[in-house]
Formats: sequence, C-alpha cells, structure tokens
Amino acid sequence: MDWYPLWNSLRTAALACGAVFLLAVPAAYYAARLPRLLKGALDVVLTLPMVLPPTVVGYFLLMLFGARRPLGQFLAGFGIRVPMTWWAGVLAAAAVSFPLMYRTARGAFEAFDEDLAAAARTLGLSNTWVFWRVRMPLCRPGILAGAVLTFARALGEYGATSMIAGYTPGRTATIATTVYQLWRTDNEALAFRWVLVNLAISTAVLLAVNLLEQRERRRGP
Amino acid sequence: MSLLVDIEKDYGGFRLRARFETSGGITGLLGASGCGKSQTLRCIAGLQRPDRGRILLDGRVLFDSERRIDLPAQQRSVGYLFQSGALFPHMTVRNNILAGLHAVKDTAEKQRALRSALELLALEGLEDRLPGQLSGGQAQRAALARILVSRPRALLLDEPFSAVDSHLREQLQLDLLDLLRTFAGDVILVTHSRDEAYHMCSRIALMDAGCILTAGPVKQVFANPGSSLGARLTGCKNVAAARKAGPRAVLVPDWGVTLQTAAPVGDGAAAVGIRAHALRPDEPRNRMAVAFVGQVEEPFAWIVQVRTPGQRPGTPALWWRMAKGEKPPHMPEALGVAPEDVLVFDS
Repeated sequence: MDWYPLWNSLRTAALACGAVFLLAVPAAYYAARLPRLLKGALDVVLTLPMVLPPTVVGYFLLMLFGARRPLGQFLAGFGIRVPMTWWAGVLAAAAVSFPLMYRTARGAFEAFDEDLAAAARTLGLSNTWVFWRVRMPLCRPGILAGAVLTFARALGEYGATSMIAGYTPGRTATIATTVYQLWRTDNEALAFRWVLVNLAISTAVLLAVNLLEQRERRRGP
Repeated sequence: MSLLVDIEKDYGGFRLRARFETSGGITGLLGASGCGKSQTLRCIAGLQRPDRGRILLDGRVLFDSERRIDLPAQQRSVGYLFQSGALFPHMTVRNNILAGLHAVKDTAEKQRALRSALELLALEGLEDRLPGQLSGGQAQRAALARILVSRPRALLLDEPFSAVDSHLREQLQLDLLDLLRTFAGDVILVTHSRDEAYHMCSRIALMDAGCILTAGPVKQVFANPGSSLGARLTGCKNVAAARKAGPRAVLVPDWGVTLQTAAPVGDGAAAVGIRAHALRPDEPRNRMAVAFVGQVEEPFAWIVQVRTPGQRPGTPALWWRMAKGEKPPHMPEALGVAPEDVLVFDS
C-alpha cells in the first residue's frame, strides 16, 4: 500500500489549518467589535464557502489561479503555477474550512464578558495584559475547538480539491481523492482500507473536540 | 476629596446630562433602571467617552472636552465595582487580588498587601477558590479587595448588591459601610433601591431620563425630594397634580380634596405628595373620608389601599402604610395628614 495519500492529506490539513488559524482568528477578533451592519455583511462573505458546494469554491479558485486568469498569469511570471499541485490542495482545503474557524472563534470572542476587560483597565492593567492574560485564556477553548474542526474539515475536503489539485498518484492524491479513484477503478478492497484509515483519523479528531469541550465546562464561567 | 462631574453624551434616543459634585463620603445615585446611572459611572471611570464636558477628581482633570484631555481608564485611579463583581473567572481569589497589585514590584510588599486585604474583607481561607466557587457576597468582597489594593482615589459602586441574596444583602451593606467609612476618597453608589441609598449614603442625587433632578444630604432629599418625579423615586406612593388654593393650601383635583400645608404655597405649585406612612387615622388635621379598596400584607407592615369619595375615576388608589401592631380593628372612615407631611412641588 502506497502511504503517500495519508502523508499528503495530513500535511495538507495541517498547513491549511495553520493558515486558516492565522487568518480567521484575527478576522473574528475584529469582526466581533464591528458595528452590526458591517459585521453582517462581512459574515456573509466569510461564511459563504461553508454553504456553497465545494465544487463551486473550486470553480472560484480556478477563476482566480487558473493559468489564463490575471492572478494566475501574474504568479506564472514568478514561475509559480498553482493548479494541479499538492499545495493547490492546501488552498482548496483552507478556503473551504475557513468559515468553521472564523465562526467558532467569533462566537468565543463575542461570548467574552467585556466587563472583565473594563474592570482590568480600571485596575490600571494594560490592554496587552488583558488580551493575553484574560481574553485569550477565556476564549482559548472555543478557539482550539474551532481549530480542530477546521483540521477535520480540511482533512475531508474533496470537491474543491478535485477541481484545482486533481488526482495525480504520488503528487496530489489525498485520502479523499484516492478513495474515489480506487472505487471508480473497481479496487474496492483497497478503497475500504483507506476508508478505515480515514475513519480512524476523524474519530480521533472528534474525540479531541469533545475533550476540549469538557475541559472548557470544567473551568466554568 | 472632591469629584466634579459635568458631562453630556448622546446615546441616540437617550441623552445623558449629568451634573453634580461630591466632597467626600458616600454619594448615592438613585434612579430607575435605564435612567443613565451606570453610564455616568462608566464615563467617570473612562470606560465611555462623554461628548462634552469635564470630570475633575481632587482637582485633577480626568476629562475635559475643551482642553482635549481624556485620561485612559488605567491612569484615572478610579475603582469600579461591577454588579457582577467582574472577577477573572479563571484566576483564584489570590491571583485576582494580585492583579490589582500589579504596580507593586516588591514581592514582600505585595504579599503584605494581599494578606491585609484578605483580612480586611474576611476572605481568609477563600484565597485558592475560583470565583465560580464563591457566594455572591464573597465574590463582591473579593472584587472590592482587588480594587482597594490598587489604591484608587475614588470608588464607583455599580449596584453592587443586586446579585447578592436578599437575606445576606443587609449584612454585606453593613460590612461595606464600616469599610467605606475608613476609605479616604469619594464613593459613588449607584442604586435603584431607595432603602439601599438611605442605609449607605450621606448624600444622594436623584436621576431621571439622563438628568440629575436634585442632589443633597440624604435626609434632606428624602424629606423634600423637590419634584413629583423625585418623590416617586424616594418611595412616595401618593403623588397627584395640584394647584394653589390659598396661602397655605392646595387643591388636589384627582383626590377631590383641599389640603392645608405647613409652608407657604408658591404660585407655581403643580403637584403634591404624601408618603404612605404619613396618612394616619388619629390625625385630626386634613381629614378626608376614605373607602377601603384592598390591602397588601408585608412581613412587618400592612399597606391598605383606599379611595376618597371625590376621587376621579381611573386615578390610582391612595396607599396607607402602617406597622403591624398599629392596624386598627375596624377600617376607619377617614384619614388625616399633618400639614408638614404634605409635600408640594412645582413640577
């Protein structure tokens, strides 16, 4: 059995999760303090990838990074070709899983009791202190749960990936695309093995989410 | 020891115009929910920015819109006790108090301050608890300890007893009162409870719809709340429109009576107030015939609702309040009120 799809899936999910974490957490932090109208508009845009079919997200990505599109041509000028590479898969997974991180993080930031920050300021504590010692510790369980969900979603990504990264054994193959390819070519036994691998990883991820949530409950408000 | 507040802020549909001065002691800010009490405190603490005006604490400018001064909350030295206490929920009582001691660098000094605060607020033995494991009263005491160790020049208490069980509330009030008497700076207590204001404060300001109605020593304001709104805020139950009917007399059309007053009545007299306990069956002056409407039993008092024969339909019944032992066996045919208990207002 060629383990490349497992390695590629894990690497893709981890990189996508990391990138999304760095983008979505600050976005959620600032969105949580925007006026309602602006926040509503931003929410629609940032949540769309969650409700659109992944193939539509893939379509948009191709519209952006396709070889004959402006951005694609611009990148080609630096010798960078995006479609049909393994990191096009990272791009697809990140685009599709971004809303999960953004929404859970925003929920955590919005649930934060601003009186705690106000109390700290009247005690003379700096905003930086409040951010790292009060706001982050209290929002951390929600943010971590979001990160795990993001990882899980990125791991299971198929639709957008198949469009922009395709399926090339040993290059862009992930578990999801491999299962489909094996099934299509009547290799049911091998497909089943990959299904088991995927089940094991997904179960572990969801167990991690539950553990995080339990820890959050134990801390209590 | 003085705090001067003269601020305006537009909240869109609600306009705050708070003007008052304190000079030491505990000042109560009494008003109904949503009258702008908490917003006033937040402006003083630097948690909200007024549109216009100035705030001076012991002569130090905290805010002055004309001189473009707006000290951040961190530099105001104003302690703020929230309704909820606002203890950091993931830190023990000890760490919460140490957060208030962040400016003290010397470790021994820090520990000394921590121990004396724990002792002062009777928190010994609770220092390793998380806020979620404290009772409402303990949480408020811990929050106050955290504030006091940061050595504020003024204390703002925002309905500090509202989250405390009612049977523990009075004990906590007494404990805090002892403590606050030793506090050197100004204290402002925001409350919607006239009992709380009366127990705790040396001076009070009555607030309604974003404005200070009247301010002064607590006994004086309760004796003469200055307006019918103020009368209601200080717990006066019987308030009605009135007009001058003589040098020392007012006509109350709603009740169909003319009442004698102790003080001369001004030409602008517009309303009259009689506290529920000022109505008495044995008072010979200002007698008015009354008919029984209903009654409410309190733990140590009765409230009887009555109507006068000439009372306008649709107007609220008069409240007559008496201690349990004073309730007459039969409903009296008439009640009187001493002229000095007839409060007359211009608005």
